[in-house]
Amino acid sequence: MAETPYQVLGVKNDASSDDIRTAYRKLAKQLHPDLNPGKPEAEARFKAVAAAYDLLSDSDKRGRYDRGEIDETGAERPRYSYRPHAEGAQGRKYDPQGGMGAEDLDDLFAMFGGRGRRGRTAEGMSMPGGDRLFSLTVDFAEAATGARKRLSLSPDESLDVTIPPGIDEGQVLRLKGKGGPGYGAGPAGDALIEIHIAPHPFFRRVGDDIHIELPVSISEAVLGGRVAVPTVTGPVTMTIPKGSDAGAQLRLRGKGSQKKGRAGDQYVTLKIVIGAPDDPDLAKFLETWPGRHKGDPRRGMGEKGGTG
Amino acid sequence: MIDLDQLLRRFAGLERAELVRWVENRWVLPDETGGRWVFGEVDIARIDLILHVRQDFAVGDDAMEVVLGLLDQVYGLRRQMARLCDALAAQPPEVQASIRRALPKGGDR
Repeated sequence: MAETPYQVLGVKNDASSDDIRTAYRKLAKQLHPDLNPGKPEAEARFKAVAAAYDLLSDSDKRGRYDRGEIDETGAERPRYSYRPHAEGAQGRKYDPQGGMGAEDLDDLFAMFGGRGRRGRTAEGMSMPGGDRLFSLTVDFAEAATGARKRLSLSPDESLDVTIPPGIDEGQVLRLKGKGGPGYGAGPAGDALIEIHIAPHPFFRRVGDDIHIELPVSISEAVLGGRVAVPTVTGPVTMTIPKGSDAGAQLRLRGKGSQKKGRAGDQYVTLKIVIGAPDDPDLAKFLETWPGRHKGDPRRGMGEKGGTG
Repeated sequence: MIDLDQLLRRFAGLERAELVRWVENRWVLPDETGGRWVFGEVDIARIDLILHVRQDFAVGDDAMEVVLGLLDQVYGLRRQMARLCDALAAQPPEVQASIRRALPKGGDR
């Protein structure tokens, strides 16, 4: 390692600026190139002395050098950052928990005041209570439009739960502070309520939309008409256009799931039913219907059927 | 690794007696080989830190004791936290999800 500027000038590290100036003048006289012709080592020494004096005579530079911010040539030294060292393997020796390890999870729990698998709780310790899990089944319509439900937690404890409209199957509602009691001064835990939606005989949820298959008579399909359709908010009247085929899909805008801000739609798929299976009047009518042989509804399905 | 003389040259503002006192106070913990102190990167960085804290915040010896004690606690905790995080990161997603649910929301604790 190079000499320090103090060593170059032959002074102590705590030398006063006067001492430094005196030492420099003495050396400069001795080593001046004009007084030492043909002695390159004296010239090199003279330059080193001048550089050392340049650094030490400037109290700002001297201070920075003393703090290790610049080296003896005045170049910036990289500033040490302690953190990467402290967090590295070497830093372990400065860790008050020490190399002693805390190898076991219980040591960690003990260190942070939590409960280990041994279930200990330190005396006077405060920590939040545990969460309690419940499951609540709501009607199809309640899930779509929202509802208020009462959930029995125990024979003498119940909880009012607001079901937001448009809730999804499996969604979990968190009721703050309704879980297990806290330890010490710790707050109570939360109640977590997993919502299940009961299946409905004819409504089906697809995202925010509701699908329903609506039976219509042959005459309603052929002649059109106004029919009552159930929705989650009650029956509405819908017009079936003249000549609607089985499987035709009609949309009731805004009659789906009532999610905040936007509602889904209800899709109504027509299903033609013939009513009484052996209606002799209907049979007689169709036998005399002139159009009964016109067109083949299975056109395009291929000769062998199915695989076409 | 550097020895005491190299270290004192590196920090010209540091007196030998001062550094000896720091080691005796256990502020700095050099390794020992053949009865001589050797200083690793962490020790050098720590000395640099002590010098700067002393200079920049005019921290005296008594306060330095407290500062270093707290500092070492923080890094100790960070070390334990890092171990815990590593262990959590190694868990399957469903275990991580259940831990996430069990975490009190920020500021509750």
